[in-house]
Amino acid sequence: MTPLNDEKLAALRAALLEPDLSGTKYRLVSQIGAGGMGTVWEAEDGELGRTVAVKTLDDGDRDSPLGQRLLQEARVLARLEHPGLVPVHDVGTLPDGRPYYVMKIVRGARLDEHVSAVSSLSERLRLFHRLCEPVAFAHARGVLHRDLKPQNVMAGPFGEVLVMDWGLAKVLGEKEVRAAGQNPGAAGLTGAGVVLGTPGFMAPEQSAGDPGAIDPRSDVYSLGAILEFLRNEPGLSDRGNRRLSAIVAKAMAPLPDERYPDVPSLMADVAAYLEGASISAYRERPWERLFRLARRHQTALVLLLAYLVARAFVFFVYRR
Amino acid sequence: MPLFPSTQWSVLAAIRAGDASEKARALETLSAVYWRPVYLYLRTRWERSPEEAADLTQEFFVELLARGLLEKYEGEKGRLRTYLRVCIDGFVANEIRAAERQKRGGGLTFLPIHLDACQEEMETSLSSRRETPEDAFEKEWARSLIGVALKRMKSDFEEKGRSIHLSLFEICDLGTASGETPSYAELAERFGIRTSDVTNWLALARREFRRNVIEVLRELTGSEREFRQELRALSGREAGRVS
Repeated sequence: MTPLNDEKLAALRAALLEPDLSGTKYRLVSQIGAGGMGTVWEAEDGELGRTVAVKTLDDGDRDSPLGQRLLQEARVLARLEHPGLVPVHDVGTLPDGRPYYVMKIVRGARLDEHVSAVSSLSERLRLFHRLCEPVAFAHARGVLHRDLKPQNVMAGPFGEVLVMDWGLAKVLGEKEVRAAGQNPGAAGLTGAGVVLGTPGFMAPEQSAGDPGAIDPRSDVYSLGAILEFLRNEPGLSDRGNRRLSAIVAKAMAPLPDERYPDVPSLMADVAAYLEGASISAYRERPWERLFRLARRHQTALVLLLAYLVARAFVFFVYRR
Repeated sequence: MPLFPSTQWSVLAAIRAGDASEKARALETLSAVYWRPVYLYLRTRWERSPEEAADLTQEFFVELLARGLLEKYEGEKGRLRTYLRVCIDGFVANEIRAAERQKRGGGLTFLPIHLDACQEEMETSLSSRRETPEDAFEKEWARSLIGVALKRMKSDFEEKGRSIHLSLFEICDLGTASGETPSYAELAERFGIRTSDVTNWLALARREFRRNVIEVLRELTGSEREFRQELRALSGREAGRVS
């Protein structure tokens, strides 16, 4: 067999991961992205005439550990209906045995790419607050994400924020799917001593590979790491802000008991910070409290001062 | 049933196992995929003459076994492809006298490398190459690996009497001399089958192609992680947006 020419070689290489959707109602358009577990493709739903995203494994059938993970991700997303989560439309198996699921296509940019376009701290904090919402919602339904990081958050063109990649999610009370060593960027947490997650965003108990120690506070830690990322990314540095530092420190406390007990508590502090109200993570000195209240009620204070000056003026004029 | 059992035969495991026939088979697979990249790397990175590069390519594979370099490779630490390139650099930098290499090669004289057949074609392509030696190594690795997979697929199809499947794949995916791909209706007429058969048989051939590529790649990688990285690299799709 004569060696392949460059053009044919490139075509064969590109086709290696492409899913054969010929037996389905979907038509492959292009690749959108790639994650640790598989590849995401843009496709056309021929029946409904809409664009969708199809996530496939690069290799492995539905009974393989990664196949189980992919299907679990689809099931987790299907049970969590929230504007901050991508709805799943369909699951199936390709002719070569690889499982896939079909979901709404998400336009926008990953948070790590999008953050430089958000110049003010308050805007970033509002964005952070929105990304906490689906996580809190999932926790309320017994689902932990376990791999929260800026790369797994999408910011849409209309201000929408979506939490993606639930491939490592754990459903509390359900038996864990074993998928050790699956993920090049991050690997799975399935049994004792096996670590899944991303260094830098992973809680210490998660790094230690102790699945029994992981609870919603592990996600709180990761959210704290995202908050830290948002306030320190280029274009904005806010290290001198003690109150915000205290929120990050409390969310990222090494011991779970010292963290926020849940995501809503973290969100409440971020919202209070944005409103200029007191926060649970920081005990203010009297002068700091005074200064904060002055800033919070700036308009009322100016009006009051103006009133007092006017009264003083009237008092001194008529006294003569 | 899983398509790709974890107990699959592996070049590295066969070399470590020490059985002579398994070692020879492993070397055959390894050299079938790597001799072209090694030859081109020696020509471009080390600027060896065609004759020298041909000799050194042969000697390099003998050295790999004689010095137990493959046994030292650790799959978790990096890719075999990168490791072999580093080995070539070390091999050339510390060139040992030919007689000494011959001696250490022991009785292992069989090397299934047929440089003559493709040397001319590679030499012709050298003048038009614009890549770095490292990129050329990667591209030749992909070309050879896919070539080995195609050879296996061809042999398997011939054995199973699937010559039309193979022809369809060759016409549609490997290209015709004219550069034009006939329509499915034309192919159906040419082979005396239905148009729907063209679709189905071509799909089957493509699945078999993919299966063979994955089989060869699994044989040549040392860990699951390396396999996944190399599959991405082979497909030319590096990680992008994560979902």
